[in-house]
Amino acid sequence: MVTALFFYMFAALLLISALMVISLRNPVHSALFLILAFFNGAGLFLLAGAEFLAMSLVIVYVGAVLVLFLFVVMMLDIDFSELRAGMATYLPTGLFIGLVLIAELAMVFGAWVTSPDALKLRGAPAPNDITNTEALGRIIYTKYVYFFEMAGLVLLVAMIGAIVLSLHHRPDVRRQKPAEQSARRREESFTLVDVKPGEGI
Amino acid sequence: MLAIGLEHFLTVAAILFTIGVFGIFVNRKNVIVILMSVELMLLAVNINLVAFSAHLDDLVGQVFTLLVLTVAAAEAAIGLAILVTYYRNRGSIAVDDINSMKG
Repeated sequence: MVTALFFYMFAALLLISALMVISLRNPVHSALFLILAFFNGAGLFLLAGAEFLAMSLVIVYVGAVLVLFLFVVMMLDIDFSELRAGMATYLPTGLFIGLVLIAELAMVFGAWVTSPDALKLRGAPAPNDITNTEALGRIIYTKYVYFFEMAGLVLLVAMIGAIVLSLHHRPDVRRQKPAEQSARRREESFTLVDVKPGEGI
Repeated sequence: MLAIGLEHFLTVAAILFTIGVFGIFVNRKNVIVILMSVELMLLAVNINLVAFSAHLDDLVGQVFTLLVLTVAAAEAAIGLAILVTYYRNRGSIAVDDINSMKG
């Protein structure tokens, strides 16, 4: 009973905040509502028994990706009201596509049954006696270790790509050149001038 | 097994995915909100995977969700980096202005 209550609370808040994300004028508010949406998604994951994924959703998404979104939105100085101008013209198309999509998904659900063989085809049946995190760890590092390594590689490539893309050389800025600075010798830097009294240089 | 029926999770995920698609169409000019809509769609896909994983007591769905999360994080990072670079070069991120690769 309590579970159902929480499910409906999380689901309703998730859908409301998703609607807010796409309809608000200010992208900062959109990003904040996206954070709320991901918190509620993490709640749904918890109700489904995927604790590890719920926590990583909060940490990875809310902690890293959405903060990145907020940074970028605040860093770019853009007139967002101008970007919103054509909203009304695209609304009918969007509504039409959305209705078609939801009708298709409803038809799929209507005709859908679980195959009787489904339980035999499971790749990694969940053990009952250990926690979700431990069970996930046991298969990630053994059976699916190549996929896990591949995910790490994807992140590495993304990190290098993001750095290369946003690294910016500005010719008008005086930068430190440590090699040149430490290679300086006394003879290049100053000379001793013998000044005669009463004459100046 | 799930305490809540699988259908409930699938319905929420379907509506969320549709909201994401709708968001892409409504905010056709604003790349940042389009990226946010893509994140919403990926969240819907993840909810589906986790719901089926719990329904069938099969952990593969959760492993796959982990990989989807990874790819989504990488996509957001690269997308925002491209956006920042584009804004630095052109001073605008309106989708209509992005046409320098047009023949």
